Amino acid sequence: MFDLTGKSALVTGASGGIGGAIAKALYDAGAAVALSGTRVEPLEALAAELGERAHVVPCNLGDAEAVDALPKQAQEAMGGLDILVNNAGITRDQIFMRMKDEEWAQVLEVNLTANMRLCRGVMRPMMKARWGRIINIGSIVGSTGNPGQVNYAAAKAGLVGLTKSIAYETASRGITANVVAPGFIATAMTDKLTDEQKDGILKQVPAGRMGAANEIGAAVLYLASNEASYVTGATLHVNGGMAMF
Amino acid sequence: MSDIAERVKKIVVEHLGVEEQKVVEGASFIDDLGADSLDTVELVMAFEEEFGIEIPDDAAETIQTFGDAVGFITNAK
Repeated sequence: MFDLTGKSALVTGASGGIGGAIAKALYDAGAAVALSGTRVEPLEALAAELGERAHVVPCNLGDAEAVDALPKQAQEAMGGLDILVNNAGITRDQIFMRMKDEEWAQVLEVNLTANMRLCRGVMRPMMKARWGRIINIGSIVGSTGNPGQVNYAAAKAGLVGLTKSIAYETASRGITANVVAPGFIATAMTDKLTDEQKDGILKQVPAGRMGAANEIGAAVLYLASNEASYVTGATLHVNGGMAMF
Repeated sequence: MSDIAERVKKIVVEHLGVEEQKVVEGASFIDDLGADSLDTVELVMAFEEEFGIEIPDDAAETIQTFGDAVGFITNAK
């Protein structure tokens, strides 16, 4: 089950905890992976850890031209492009009354517009191959909202509509498009929270613990697999029961 | 019929699964040959590959009929 031998995957934000775990899950299932991100060093380290089917394709998702060029770069590095995982994201948290246009624009640009560009860029190879997997990493806050994250929540909710529309257009061509929406996942970012903050959050999680990055990797692996070929336009919530839809 | 027209016709017949005699000069891919909008994109991709040319999006939108396709490709070669 879930064998990706011969498939090629582009993962953005691969230098982060969740992105790294996604890349590892796909790689371990046999896929070639192109690791993208802005920081080259952690990408190189991850590629070295994974092995010869891992490639590094740095990209600043705030740069539209670079984003448009990325799918081709990934395709050249791996010899194909079957799976796109849009995982990269930024936050510019601010209470709404004080939110600057710039904070809104940056988050929308990287978390929504860049994803759209990458989805558009992979259409051609996927249409030709009559097989493709688009997996956009959303967030629980795209469904629930979150104070201080008007921009982030809007972008993540936007991804859901984008993904469903792509799913409609491409379903007849063997391409699926889905969202994985993580809840509270332990990463370097959550390490910075105080124990008090963590306790407060964990009270809302029926599972009573934070999720692990590899639990997101497993969800992505499932959606990338042949076994999930009838699943499209879905949002797979991975949140320990924190919100149920 | 020119060599280009023959090759275009072959692609259209194969891709849309239509009878050869229906693929005439003025046949519209969408209205007469049952293509959907994705099919038209795929046809353009197939033409690009077959003839080693690039058909930009704004030009692709003007290719509505079999005759349009043959005309565009003939000029582009």
